[in-house]
Amino acid sequence: MFDFILSKYNYWIYIILMMIGFYAMIGKKNLVKKIIGINIFQTAIILFFVSTAAKRGGTLPIVEHAHGHGIHHIHAASYVNPLPHVLMLTAIVVMVSTLGVALAIVIAIYRRYNTLEEDEILEQRK
Amino acid sequence: METIESIRPLLAVLVTLIGALLIVFTGERHRNLREFWTILVSVLKFVIVISMVPFVLEGRVLEYTIITLTQGVSLQFRVDQFGLFFGVLASALWIATSIYSIGYVRGLNEHAQTRYFFNFALCLSATMGIAFAGNLLTLFIFYEILTVSTYPLVAHKETEDAIMGGRKYLAYTLIAGVVILFAIIFIYTLTGTLDFKPGGFLLGRGQSTTLIFLFALLILGFGVKAALMPMHEWLPTAMVAPTPVSALLHAVAVVKAGVFGCLRIILYVFGPELLHNLDLWLILAYFAAFTVIVSGMYALAQDNLKRRLAFSTINNLAIIVMGAALLTPGAITGSIFHMGSHGFMKITLFFVAGAIYVKTHKENISELDGLGRQMPLTMGAFTIGAMGVAGTPPICGFISKWYLAMGCLEAKQVIFLLVLLISALMDVAYFFPIIYNSFFKIPKEAINPHLDEAPAMMVVPLVITAVISLILGIFPNAFFHFFNLASTAAAKILGGM
Amino acid sequence: MTPQSPVLLVVIPLIFAFLTLPFGWWRKGLCYPITLVALSLSFLASLHTLHTVITTGTIHYWLGNWEPPWGIEYVVDHLNAFVLVIVSFVSLVVAIYSKRSVEQELPEKIVFFYCVFLLQVAGLLGIVVTGDMFNLYVFLEIASLAGYALIAIGEDGAPFASFNYLIFGTIGACFYLLGVGYLYVSTGSLNMADLFQILPDLYQSKVVLVAFAFFMVGVGLKMALFPLHVWLPDAYTYAPSTVSALLAPLMTKVGAYVMIRIMFTVFKPQFCIELIPVTTILGWMAAGAILFGAVMALAQTDLKRMLAYILVSEVGYIALGVGLANRAGLTGAILHILNDSFMMLALFLVVGAIMYRSGKREISQLRYLHRRMPFTMAAFVIAALSVIGIPPTCGFFSKWYLILGAIDASQWAFVAVLLVSSLLNVILFFRVIEHAYLEPDEEHAGGGSELAITIEEAPLSMLVPILIATAGIMVFGVLSGKIISTVIQFAVPKCF
Repeated sequence: MFDFILSKYNYWIYIILMMIGFYAMIGKKNLVKKIIGINIFQTAIILFFVSTAAKRGGTLPIVEHAHGHGIHHIHAASYVNPLPHVLMLTAIVVMVSTLGVALAIVIAIYRRYNTLEEDEILEQRK
Repeated sequence: METIESIRPLLAVLVTLIGALLIVFTGERHRNLREFWTILVSVLKFVIVISMVPFVLEGRVLEYTIITLTQGVSLQFRVDQFGLFFGVLASALWIATSIYSIGYVRGLNEHAQTRYFFNFALCLSATMGIAFAGNLLTLFIFYEILTVSTYPLVAHKETEDAIMGGRKYLAYTLIAGVVILFAIIFIYTLTGTLDFKPGGFLLGRGQSTTLIFLFALLILGFGVKAALMPMHEWLPTAMVAPTPVSALLHAVAVVKAGVFGCLRIILYVFGPELLHNLDLWLILAYFAAFTVIVSGMYALAQDNLKRRLAFSTINNLAIIVMGAALLTPGAITGSIFHMGSHGFMKITLFFVAGAIYVKTHKENISELDGLGRQMPLTMGAFTIGAMGVAGTPPICGFISKWYLAMGCLEAKQVIFLLVLLISALMDVAYFFPIIYNSFFKIPKEAINPHLDEAPAMMVVPLVITAVISLILGIFPNAFFHFFNLASTAAAKILGGM
Repeated sequence: MTPQSPVLLVVIPLIFAFLTLPFGWWRKGLCYPITLVALSLSFLASLHTLHTVITTGTIHYWLGNWEPPWGIEYVVDHLNAFVLVIVSFVSLVVAIYSKRSVEQELPEKIVFFYCVFLLQVAGLLGIVVTGDMFNLYVFLEIASLAGYALIAIGEDGAPFASFNYLIFGTIGACFYLLGVGYLYVSTGSLNMADLFQILPDLYQSKVVLVAFAFFMVGVGLKMALFPLHVWLPDAYTYAPSTVSALLAPLMTKVGAYVMIRIMFTVFKPQFCIELIPVTTILGWMAAGAILFGAVMALAQTDLKRMLAYILVSEVGYIALGVGLANRAGLTGAILHILNDSFMMLALFLVVGAIMYRSGKREISQLRYLHRRMPFTMAAFVIAALSVIGIPPTCGFFSKWYLILGAIDASQWAFVAVLLVSSLLNVILFFRVIEHAYLEPDEEHAGGGSELAITIEEAPLSMLVPILIATAGIMVFGVLSGKIISTVIQFAVPKCF
């Protein structure tokens, strides 16, 4: 049992991180904390993707002397999978944009209500 | 059965639709032009409808398919005898109603007249669609249009009562619409077609319990507009509407559309054979007979003239449904013909009620004493209409009731004959005092003893409809082979057996 | 040569979105024509795509000529060609409408507005056109982020509503991304067609099941399917009129499209129907949505908010059609994507026009509106009748197919829900119509003397889009049979 948990520790970490982020998004009253929650959540997903690509003993998927240098046998097993990394580059861009938009909205909210606490805002909006 | 492709039914529907648009765009500024459109369109429509009579009398069917709506069902017009009968009736009465309406709204200086005429035209467009619909879906489409376009007319006065009346009308008719829709879709899943066929198309499809259930749903659904008890409540409430609207509701479009729908269901969807097999016809006939008796009693108790007329309408509609339910040649002929004769007679009665209201602002029967001297033409027309409804020869009501009575005997159901006779007696009981009081009773307050009629725009139509009811009673075929349409329709339905 | 239109229709708005910034900086007035040009081109491209699909069948477009499943592939079949035309046309109509409304509501932000507006459209079109799971995520986020920004520039409560939407939207997007990850882990592919081939062997795998669950929740959040709709009413109420008119018809519909795509062409229908009872659950959620939306709408006094709740209920119709999982039901659902887009478009445009002229949108403040804005109100009535489902408006026909599907599936409860919701909509809309059209007696006690109320119709640039949307409602109603026989019957997955 313990072994099972340990051998998949990367997934456990991602799940724990994700839950922390999720809790912050839903449970926290402060808007900035919610944004931090979003970030933790997204980081957890990035971690998950990247860790799925990892291989024991794998290295960067850069093939040297590819053309015109004789025959090379490429062992796929010796390279990590590049695709999840590429996907996550895009996901990071999305994440940063989300952060930007979220912060801009929070600034607008702060200008209007002079607070970042959700309950106080709701109080004012009654 | 020979079928001809013809665009005429579509034209008959479109002409009023275009008329409605012209009315809106002419608007309040050019009243005379706007009213000219109304009259022009109504006459045009009548001419188009009449032009179809010769073809149909020869036993041919005019057909026009506009577009396929869903697999096996098109937006399609098919003009058969029964549909054309209704079409002729509605378009003829619309001419009278339009002229009368103009007199009425100007006499009372009503508000929102453009909306009023617009919706009126829309109603008639929908009614034509109902009359010429070739399948249940097309019928339903126009049926719903009719419902919606009548609502502003019912709520026209915009008083508390009128708005409530409008709401009640919508509630009843739209709930009914939903019920009908469900039943139609169910039938579609059973058969894959919805085309009307004389003698019905459901024979041999589905289980008998399903069919009974569907029949009940459809009759309840269409029965709302046909004001079968206990779904009649909206009709007396809708009496708050202006009188031409009541006339439209009662004689031309709405309730007639309901009855028309019921008859289509009984005769063209289920058909005599199936109803005999399922023993539904007798139940339906009893159901209608119940309405006939009870509504007659209600009518006796009303003092408001229009409400009394409303219950009389409920009474007559139930007679029509009862006749159709008996499923014998005489009964079907009588019931179809009664749609027409009741239309002419009842519209006369409503016109009279409106004329009285415009002239004297009186609405209650107890106030009418001595009015016959002031408005002899109006009250004379009322007499003809009322005696016709009671079934006195030589007015057209007599002919329809004669055939209905024959039908009862053909079906060997004497009890319905008794119902007919009782209802005729009740008709006499609730109309005769009005006639007597208005002509012979000395009024309590002084009343203008001189001739002082409502505006000519109102009196002329009501005299004409009264005269037509009289003529139809003597020569049933005088009016564009009116009677032949009814009797051939009946023959065809039963021929399909 | 493969036609370039599938990629052009996404790229054009994207490029023009960036063009608006320099041109707008130079001359503010240029943004509007630039947007119109972009969206017209995009619409033409989508029409061309639809035409190609109808005549020659599914289009496969390889981005950068990279062969799938490695490269990103745009796949356009009947279903997405159909949705593409809807999206590009509706956004074009809204763009035409936007001019006066934006000038009044957001005079400072015209340039940015049009930039983000075009991004939003590009995102929506991209979601629809792509055949790659991850690419879909990217476009989903482009559309959503643009949506958050557009909503946030609305009136007083907008930033806060937008923030709520952002939280929910991000959760949805993250769930979707996780789903993509799980599928990738178990199959090694991101291409939808490829996944469709590989997945059946893995249907018993827990990972695939979880991935599917993530997808459903993620997409459910984006399309505001009850009970995941909580962000919607606030967001669409406080957003600028133009934005509501763009997002309300499109965002939820595109979400619904994604759901159909994933359920039936990434996974197999058999998976969603037999292996796990997703469609059944979906059906019940949809039934809940329909009733809940309508009942909540009844409680609203703000017209726009009422429409937002009606939108929740309309999303339920689409989901119900999918949940019925038979041919008629799906036909109804896909038809309703079209119909509801136009109904919501018309309704939100009308509310925007009312706001523009009077600044009011409480239902009780609508008095005399039929005289002030006769055409606008007529359009409202037609759209309302369509939502109720009165023939021959298009709303009736989607209801027809949905009820047909429910009867075919012997789901009597759903039949009842559909019928009852019609009646609830009657109450909803006639309440508004009564306020707008009927006047209490005393106000015209003088008989025919009309009160001196002048016509203040919406400006032409707003009125024309409203009338186009209304005409659409009528025309699609009558033509529904044609639309189904040329497009939708091929859009319904083959195995039904």
